[in-house]
Amino acid sequence: MAARLDVEVVTELLDMGGHGVYVWSAYALSFAALLGLGIWPLASLRARIRRLKERGERQ
Amino acid sequence: MGWIKNTFHKTGSPRWFFTGSRGWVIGLYVVGALLIVVGSTWGLGFVPPERLQGNSVRILFIHAPAAHLAEAIYVAIAVAGFVFLVWRMKMADMLIQAAAPIGFVVTVLALATGIIWGIPTWGTGWVWDARTVSTLLLAFLFFGLIALREAFGREDRASRAVALLALVGVINIPIIKYSVEWFTTLHQPPSIEIGKRPAIAPVFLWPLAVNVLGFYCFVAGVVIAALRARIVEREAGAKWLRDWTSKS
Repeated sequence: MAARLDVEVVTELLDMGGHGVYVWSAYALSFAALLGLGIWPLASLRARIRRLKERGERQ
Repeated sequence: MGWIKNTFHKTGSPRWFFTGSRGWVIGLYVVGALLIVVGSTWGLGFVPPERLQGNSVRILFIHAPAAHLAEAIYVAIAVAGFVFLVWRMKMADMLIQAAAPIGFVVTVLALATGIIWGIPTWGTGWVWDARTVSTLLLAFLFFGLIALREAFGREDRASRAVALLALVGVINIPIIKYSVEWFTTLHQPPSIEIGKRPAIAPVFLWPLAVNVLGFYCFVAGVVIAALRARIVEREAGAKWLRDWTSKS
């Protein structure tokens, strides 16, 4: 009974009365964008510092 | 007033900013991400469906913060443009350069979530009205700031032209803000205004407030991180940076 109830809850949360596809795609897009924004400057900073170090070692 | 002048001068120093800002990036990333997780979980799972919009109202909790933030990033860029034109502060130019692509992504996110929300609530993803067109223009402005810099061969000329465009483009911000009041539009009027009682029920207001704060903190961290990356690029020949990299 409890397991069935869980499945119903999850299905309802995913479906959201027919609006699930809009709600979840909007959230997925937002998290992907924020994750990308978060990683991009850190990766670019790391790459630039590495290049600078390599140049320093060569000199 | 002395401390304001002092902070202004210090912020103008790439070295001072770079060496002191790492902790801010980590702190803002962590606090921002936590707030966004809390606000989004709250908005997705613990808010009742809205009377007219049903469950699609949950898109509000990411659409409104993104849209608001996009405007705030532009205002910050316009202020930096002014500072650069008046005081020729190098850091202001670097801030414009670092924040423009971030502003572009956030604006496109606001537009995309708006389109997704429009389909079930308006019956269409896009209408050519004042709010959508002025927001689309904002995306073009961010893109223009990036493209204009690339179009100039000389760095000093590029910086001046970009700063000028940043400053002139700020006229679009009040147009976006008042577009839902001045013109007939499908877009709903603002839910929260300073000095007025919020037009939305507290049950929707709180997760929205948490997510707005989360978006601001997280993206402030992203802008600072991007500015740090810019500093490393522009100051590549500076002794202080060579010393710093050899020590780290």
